[in-house]
Amino acid sequence: MQPKISLQNVFYTYADETEALRNVSLDVLPNQVFVLFGPSRSGKSTLLRLLNRLSDLTEGARFQGTVLVDGRNIFDRSVDVFDLRRRVSMVFAVPTPLPGSIRDNLTYGLKMAGQRNASLLETRVHRSLEQAGLWDEVKDRLDSSAMALSGGQKQRLCLARSLALEPEVILLDNPTSGLDPISTSVVEETLRELTDQYTIIMVPHSVQQAARIADRAGFLLNGELVEVNDTESIFLHPLDKRTEDYITGRFG
Amino acid sequence: MDTAQAPPESLPNRRIGERIIEGVILVAGISTILIVALIFLFLLKEGINAFLDIPLRQLFGDRWYPIEGIYGLMPLLVGTTLVTIGAVIIAVPLGLVAAIYLGEFAPQWLREILKPLIEILAGIPSIVLGFLGWVALAPLIQNAGADTGLTAFTGSLLLAYMSLPTIISISEDALYAVPREYRDGALAIGATQWQTIWRVVLPAARSGLVIAVMLGIGRVIGETMGVLLVTGNAANMPAFGPGMFFNPVRTMTATIAAEMGEVAQGSLHYSVLFGIGLILFLITFVVNWLAARLVGVSGARTKVGGQV
Repeated sequence: MQPKISLQNVFYTYADETEALRNVSLDVLPNQVFVLFGPSRSGKSTLLRLLNRLSDLTEGARFQGTVLVDGRNIFDRSVDVFDLRRRVSMVFAVPTPLPGSIRDNLTYGLKMAGQRNASLLETRVHRSLEQAGLWDEVKDRLDSSAMALSGGQKQRLCLARSLALEPEVILLDNPTSGLDPISTSVVEETLRELTDQYTIIMVPHSVQQAARIADRAGFLLNGELVEVNDTESIFLHPLDKRTEDYITGRFG
Repeated sequence: MDTAQAPPESLPNRRIGERIIEGVILVAGISTILIVALIFLFLLKEGINAFLDIPLRQLFGDRWYPIEGIYGLMPLLVGTTLVTIGAVIIAVPLGLVAAIYLGEFAPQWLREILKPLIEILAGIPSIVLGFLGWVALAPLIQNAGADTGLTAFTGSLLLAYMSLPTIISISEDALYAVPREYRDGALAIGATQWQTIWRVVLPAARSGLVIAVMLGIGRVIGETMGVLLVTGNAANMPAFGPGMFFNPVRTMTATIAAEMGEVAQGSLHYSVLFGIGLILFLITFVVNWLAARLVGVSGARTKVGGQV
């Protein structure tokens, strides 16, 4: 099977000479939840931001290597970066609804992509909210401000905002940080169901969450991808000593 | 941990220290309010005769001839209004665009050069700029076809230039304070940089931008010496129409500055000048109140911080 996303010998260095990624090679298969875990500042977010080229915005950073989505180099000149970001969409740790109503938030990405068909927009609003597990809570107030939602609702709204674009890949950077356990389990359940349609790459809140949710997982340490394996193997029988130390809580 | 385990006997001491600091802050806060109130009372005391002795119809009449005892404020109100509107129309769009460029598009090194330069501009004494306007700007306007170079428009240009540093600097601070996460949120669903600025950054920075504009307007309304030099100082009623910007006018502030030195204390003329001061005070008050309303009303809708 062709990998959905493929990184080959990726190096990434910030302007202050911090080596965020060192020779990372990784294949992510379609319709899976791939979890990228490791201590803070190990390069997880950097890697995610690279995949839809949000990294472009970081001044003075140097990048080397190849990133393929569906076998196509995303840093190729012919790639439309805004189209790429609609296909490889991202949800952040801090939920950031756009100023405006709930409906505005969901239709904004589509409208920017030139979609004006009202009934299609309406369908997408409904479906994305259903998928994010938010529909029942907000169906009666789609036109009220998105800012009035609770933290967990905002986070699911941001997820729905990405889903409304019907992307191919969803990047999630610690999407349950700041959520209570109930909201967390709602989001996790949602993600599990979404793999029918999407490829998901996620930075988890904890090792436990990683083990709960992943099909495959990779352990990142100081910019180095130490080990990649299916969930059971990497969490129950890690091959590398450093992975074992981390998941058994001996450091980090 | 340290504070929790601190010996209990230090607690009363800290409380006293806390009380003293609270007291100092309270006094400082109250004194500003008190001073503003006293200024208002003083203006009222000195200027109230103007409103009592002159019939309102005459006071807001269109002729200002203090020598003949005719005190119609309308030409001065119109002068200030014209100059202010002109300056705002020029300065606000320019200032916001410059701030957006500085905050969102300019590379780091350029921003580091431009920002301090702009802030230095804010410190140039207005009389110096007024002099420049008189020597350099006025002849340009005259050559462009106006009857004289000393017009309301000249004053607007000059005031726009004076208020630009304030508007740019404070707006840029407001844009800079918008967290990166908000930009990312829009970019991550395929927004272009421009769409992100329009849809996310500007709304999020709105209260700061309103304050920047209001401070800029405040500087424009209150400015005296610069406009005194370049607006021609003629207290005439210009004929209504777009051409009125190209007539000599006189602002309220310039009138006070020009005539205060010549009036007898306690005379009616003296009261009228203080009355003008009172009106300026009230205008400032209204502008600030409007700004607070604008920030407050939009705040509920666009407040993006403070969640989680």
